[in-house]
Amino acid sequence: METTPFIWPFTIGLLFISCFLVIIIGIWISSLSHIDKSRIIHSIFTYKSILAIKEVFMESLLHRKIFRKNPVLGYMHMSLAFGWFLLIAVGHIEACIHYKTLSVPAYKAIFMRYFVSGPALTLSEKMLAACMDMLLLFVLSGVLLAYYKRINSRVFGMKKTTQLKLGDRIALTSLWLIFPLRFLAESLTAGIHNNGSIISQPTGQLLASFLPVQSLETPLWWAYSGALSLFFFALPVSRYMHIPVEVILIFLRNYGIKVQKRIDGYSRIQVYSCSRCGICLDSCQMTHAAIKDTQSVYVLKHIRNKNLTDEKLFNCLLCGRCQPDCPVGLELNNLRMTQRIESTKEYNSSYKYLKNGKLNISPQTEVIYFAGCMTHLTPAIIKSIKEIFAVADVKYWFMDEDKTACCGRPLMQIGQYEAAKKLIKHNREQILATGIKKIIVSCPICYKVFKEDYALPGVAVLHHSEYLLELMADKRIPIKKMPMRVIYHDPCELGRGSGIYHQPRLLLNEYVDVVPTKNEKEAAYCCGGSLSNIKIQMDERNQIRNKTLEEYITYQPDMLATACPLCKKTFAKTNKLNVHDIAEIVCMALNTNKERPKKETYLYFHEVKHLEETKIKMNIH
Amino acid sequence: MKEFGYTIIKQRTIDYDQFNGRLLNEILLMEPSFKVCLSCGGCTATCSAGDLVNFNIRRMNLLLRRGETAELESEIQKCMLCGKCMLVCPRGINLRNVIMLIKKNISRNKTTKY
Repeated sequence: METTPFIWPFTIGLLFISCFLVIIIGIWISSLSHIDKSRIIHSIFTYKSILAIKEVFMESLLHRKIFRKNPVLGYMHMSLAFGWFLLIAVGHIEACIHYKTLSVPAYKAIFMRYFVSGPALTLSEKMLAACMDMLLLFVLSGVLLAYYKRINSRVFGMKKTTQLKLGDRIALTSLWLIFPLRFLAESLTAGIHNNGSIISQPTGQLLASFLPVQSLETPLWWAYSGALSLFFFALPVSRYMHIPVEVILIFLRNYGIKVQKRIDGYSRIQVYSCSRCGICLDSCQMTHAAIKDTQSVYVLKHIRNKNLTDEKLFNCLLCGRCQPDCPVGLELNNLRMTQRIESTKEYNSSYKYLKNGKLNISPQTEVIYFAGCMTHLTPAIIKSIKEIFAVADVKYWFMDEDKTACCGRPLMQIGQYEAAKKLIKHNREQILATGIKKIIVSCPICYKVFKEDYALPGVAVLHHSEYLLELMADKRIPIKKMPMRVIYHDPCELGRGSGIYHQPRLLLNEYVDVVPTKNEKEAAYCCGGSLSNIKIQMDERNQIRNKTLEEYITYQPDMLATACPLCKKTFAKTNKLNVHDIAEIVCMALNTNKERPKKETYLYFHEVKHLEETKIKMNIH
Repeated sequence: MKEFGYTIIKQRTIDYDQFNGRLLNEILLMEPSFKVCLSCGGCTATCSAGDLVNFNIRRMNLLLRRGETAELESEIQKCMLCGKCMLVCPRGINLRNVIMLIKKNISRNKTTKY
């Protein structure tokens, strides 16, 4: 077989990266739990693998999710990934046809133009050569866009990009050089040996007219091989590690593996799959408070570099706004949680003082009502719920009216998982002892933990918005529409956290007019009051809240509705908008029949407008 | 020294010459908002844990400033971290971070030798 010295940098690099990937992925998969391993074994020969292959094609090659974010950014990624993939695949097919064998070494396909002199003879070879030229042009268009993105990232729909470290810079530079070098090397060879196709042949002839192509040819092929080799060697220490690891991630995700409450191989795979694209930076609200170094992309980077500090780890609202935007679909919140659990595991409390007393519950009790700590700070919600329950004639037991443990979720959000388990156990025993099959929760923070971690067999956990909707459907509470324009603020824990978007809106629509907003449901803003962040200062919380309120105020609603006592408390501090929980709104509507509404301390927007109009009419300034 | 006829109980004495301000300084450095506490007791009044058991969050401040680390350590374990104290605080002190820092630094100072 014909060889030449410049194949060695490439071949050694390829060998290195192949061995490295096999070893590291082997280590990661072997550190998975037994359940996860059996999941892989049982799913590997099922349709799940086909779904995974489809997803790899759609996401790793075509980058569908980035296309949705911004078409130019999507095209850049697609041309580089899909173009390079086709370049390798078609190049290999071309080499197989030319050498009439199926076992062509990789360097033969990559440097084929150097080894084959003279123009293509058969039609199929001509077609393939033209195809390769077009593909290279396709990739080069992506590389040009990548150059331009470094100058002006706003064109690509991104306000901010991540900062690069040395490994990234080396890999990025080599990636930028690979394709132009290949194009130049192939064109020069075409200029000498006349073996080019539709694009490389004219370019080669043009270059040959004024350049000493004979002496330039070998150095350029050396440079091309060197750039490839440099890329392979820089890959393990750069963000481009996501290219191979993401494929593994997609397969494991399709087999049903999820991030656990501990650091294992799968969480490592997730961390390495982060491409540091920085799309999560744009959706992060911490930037509204000028906190710019704690976003998911940086935390994942610090996890990889093993230099994550508590200041960064805990400075996050865990609102989850970044998660739907992530093009790789990483479980960003859960990854942060695993780190928080690891960071605080040394000092979990035992709560030995918790003791289950005797319960005194009447046998007719239909439901348990659990208000939650936060709701106790907003007594208007509890009062409204009590009134509604009285109207609907619901027999309930108020579980945390007095002397009750917290639900455990605030501890969990800080990573104190073992401590939270103690509280959960205590409350769970109490709930199961009552034998009541329905529990109504007023606080989304409690709701999420009741739903996910309490393991209450046969007990339905409902947020009060769901339960009120149920009562309304059963005609146990009357419907009375009030002429009011209301914005519904999705609480993070209820919306993105538990997937409840529609029930509160359905309920509200029966009593008031709900105005849709730009950032709602999955893209809803956080109020800034989240308990998940223990590092943020009060003034920074206020900045986040004000930014959120600013957007709501542009719609000029009469009222801001929410389903979370913490959101209510956070927003209500400003007096800018009239903030109410949905239970209060329902209660308000029920009361309009009986008596005059309570004296309002706020003016509704239509009232302000009316007053202004009268002022103008009466010439008052 | 003049005898006033009072007896000093040795166990209750806090000797400020022996005072180790390490923990206090660490916490004030990491969470400066704690400096502005005016000991109003709003946090204690609203406390969920204080409703269940004899737990006084305002007293944590006192214990910390007196350097009574042993008692602080056993008392702070009672906190359920629900966050009500933080919301009622008129000075906007980030109390949950203070509690986590106390827990973390006590546990770390035990294992690390200086």
